[in-house]
Amino acid sequence: MGDPPILQMTGIRKAFPGVVALDGVDFSLRPGEVHALMGENGAGKSTLIKVLTGVYDIDAGDIRLNGDPVRFGGPLQAQQAGISTVYQEVNLCANLSVAENIFIGREPRRFGKIRWSEMRRRSTALLAGLDLHLDVAAPLSTYSLAIQQMVAIARAIDVSAKVLILDEPTSSLDASEVERLFEVMRRLKRDGVAILFISHFLDQVYAVADRMTVLRNGTLIGEYATAELTQMQLVTKMIGKELTVLERLEEEPREVAADAPREPVVEAHELGRAGAIEPFDLAIHGGEIVGLAGLLGSGRTELARLLFGADRPDQGTIKIDGKPVTLRTPRVAMNHGIAFSSENRRTEGVVGELSVRENIVLALQASRGWSRPIPRRKQDELVERYIKTLGIRPADPDVAVRNLSGGNQQKVLLARWLITEPRLLIVDEPTRGIDVGAKAEIQRLLVELADGGMAVLFVSAELEEVLRLSHKIEVLRERHLVGELDNTGGGVDADRVMQAIASGANP
Amino acid sequence: MTAIVKHRLFWPAVVLVLLLVSNVFFAPRFFTITLQDGHLYGSLIDVLRSATPLALVALGMTMVIATGGIDLSVGSVMAISGAVACLFIGDLSNQGSVGGVLLAVGLALVLALVAGLWNGVLVSVIGIQPIIATLILMVAGRGIAQLLTGGQIINVSSPPFRVIGAGYALAIPVSVIIVAVVVAAAVLLIRRSALGVLVEAVGASPTASRLAGIRARGLTIGAYVFAAVCAGIAGLIFSSNVASADSNAAGNLIELDAILAVVIGGTALTGGRFSIAGSVLGAVLISALDITTYTIGVPAETTLLFKAVVVVILCLSQSAAFRAAVFRRRRTPAVTPAAEVPA
Repeated sequence: MGDPPILQMTGIRKAFPGVVALDGVDFSLRPGEVHALMGENGAGKSTLIKVLTGVYDIDAGDIRLNGDPVRFGGPLQAQQAGISTVYQEVNLCANLSVAENIFIGREPRRFGKIRWSEMRRRSTALLAGLDLHLDVAAPLSTYSLAIQQMVAIARAIDVSAKVLILDEPTSSLDASEVERLFEVMRRLKRDGVAILFISHFLDQVYAVADRMTVLRNGTLIGEYATAELTQMQLVTKMIGKELTVLERLEEEPREVAADAPREPVVEAHELGRAGAIEPFDLAIHGGEIVGLAGLLGSGRTELARLLFGADRPDQGTIKIDGKPVTLRTPRVAMNHGIAFSSENRRTEGVVGELSVRENIVLALQASRGWSRPIPRRKQDELVERYIKTLGIRPADPDVAVRNLSGGNQQKVLLARWLITEPRLLIVDEPTRGIDVGAKAEIQRLLVELADGGMAVLFVSAELEEVLRLSHKIEVLRERHLVGELDNTGGGVDADRVMQAIASGANP
Repeated sequence: MTAIVKHRLFWPAVVLVLLLVSNVFFAPRFFTITLQDGHLYGSLIDVLRSATPLALVALGMTMVIATGGIDLSVGSVMAISGAVACLFIGDLSNQGSVGGVLLAVGLALVLALVAGLWNGVLVSVIGIQPIIATLILMVAGRGIAQLLTGGQIINVSSPPFRVIGAGYALAIPVSVIIVAVVVAAAVLLIRRSALGVLVEAVGASPTASRLAGIRARGLTIGAYVFAAVCAGIAGLIFSSNVASADSNAAGNLIELDAILAVVIGGTALTGGRFSIAGSVLGAVLISALDITTYTIGVPAETTLLFKAVVVVILCLSQSAAFRAAVFRRRRTPAVTPAAEVPA
């Protein structure tokens, strides 16, 4: 690794009103390496990338590309200089075709007219290089989020091949897709592309990164070779304290409180929706956490949405406390004490434009109706309590939610549902894309809620997490609920779940 | 001080003051307000009076835009409401009867309400895009008004009806009092209840709102009904002021001025956060602009051009990117990241 760095950032400082986001940060990237940028939410990773790509101006410091000092006026200039970014949320136009998305803004032309056939041919070839065989004339929206992500990467690679920034590219991919992405990354690496990789999944970082730079609170902690740092050491460096919460959870026996009522809170019988999830039976009791395990696209979210009335089932029945109900709309489900926190927290969860306060009271206010506003004093009390309990940062109820980091947005969303005092809390991917510390806090919170008698349906792509928290694991495979594993006491391990997923039967 | 400058209504307010002040050079008595026969007279009063129909329409438009929609039919609803009222009054045996006029006003407002219901149902039940749904009534509504009046201008001579648009109470124009009361009532209703925040949530993110248990349908229909009733009142003020129903002139193109007023007031056309005070300020500003063109004697054929120039200046003054480029010489004016707490 004696190559001179293609990208060298030194002494970067960036301050926003009231907060120093980056303070004297150094970062260097060599051709042909995957370099992970590690840190909690708010550590300054995103700011560093935005500074690099010219979204923000820097207050002090020096950025050199190939040894020449550079300052970009915006992502477009950065792209022209050979630095492309693929963001966590897919930044493409879902209504355009795959080929159009790959070539948007730089379509092959002749006499000012777009050469469609040429564009399709080149798109197909480009995607084939990533082992993706798609109909490039089809709208992007017909493909899964994972494929869309790959298309975004294909576009970035094609636009410029010197420096590729991948900001949380794996947060919406399942294990096999992640592996496929890593294949692509390794191939690019061999071609001499320098890749800056951000991920909250430590295993992935260890699987693919050569080196890592750790940030904490906007300062540089250090640069390490992946092989020389254990995961535990890394986590300690990232959060600056020993990670005890997670370990404690690990050891706690998963037992349902003895006095928990045995009548299920929610019971689904032959519930199903064509094209979304095949008919299933499911019972969720108070005081227990039921985990949904399965690969991406196995119907986890679809199942959860049926139980909340977000989608209407076309067959089967739901009973709440033994009484049959029809969950026509989310509102009806809410009136029965069901809460649902969506996996797409930005589009289906928080309302970015509204303040933390307004977001937190939104569901409670909706169920009270417009004519009975929650008194301001009551709002303040509730909001203050949950900002404190969940540790929402910044602890300012009047700041717009879109300015919060992903983890804090998730906490706001949870707070919104907790103040409605639900009996069944459905959480879909509550820890996706958020840092280790916040993740542990949210996991602990769910355990506490279940201990307090709440029924929790926990959906996560991360099997470990499901295993750690759930009393009972429902295994999904290709839109079928194929089995139920009893995990009280923690008897189930990842292998058994994987086996159930793979074989489609309860082992 | 910086808090005042950063307030979203600061620049529109500055433009309004500049406009008003510029009149003084052409009409030295512009700011003079006199009391004659117990009525307040003066150019400033004229500005307020002529702003009244637009302020009402803009108030209703604000709520529709906040839900993420738009209402093009408000001008036609004005025409219908004026036509119905004048027809009814014209048929009265005694046009001076207060009861008869009240009935006419009630009838006009009920029809406006029905028009709003029609718009709301098309948008939120049938799911037609707002711009198309309200385009239907924009075209058809003016047709209905013309049909009602037989294509003629219906003149009425009803003193009680005249009061609405041209009367004075406690030395203040009645139309201004009506608008003040409607705006105050609307602000109280919308901001004291949870209507405001629920509408903002629906406008900003329909999907998230649905999953938070908000029933958008009622709110959306309500917004269109409110807009139509506001337009109905505006139509009454307009037709009362000219003591006639003119189905072609009433509310002609007022929807565009209303949308402009809402945007000047800082409400985004994409829906979500809205400002009623901003829209009213926007309406007053547009009215001041009209009056200014007369005072400074802009030739009739260049009036529109003059208006356009002022509107462009106004929009530029509201653009953060433009202000940044003018006031601090920045390296790249095109790039203005949203003020964001670093993630």
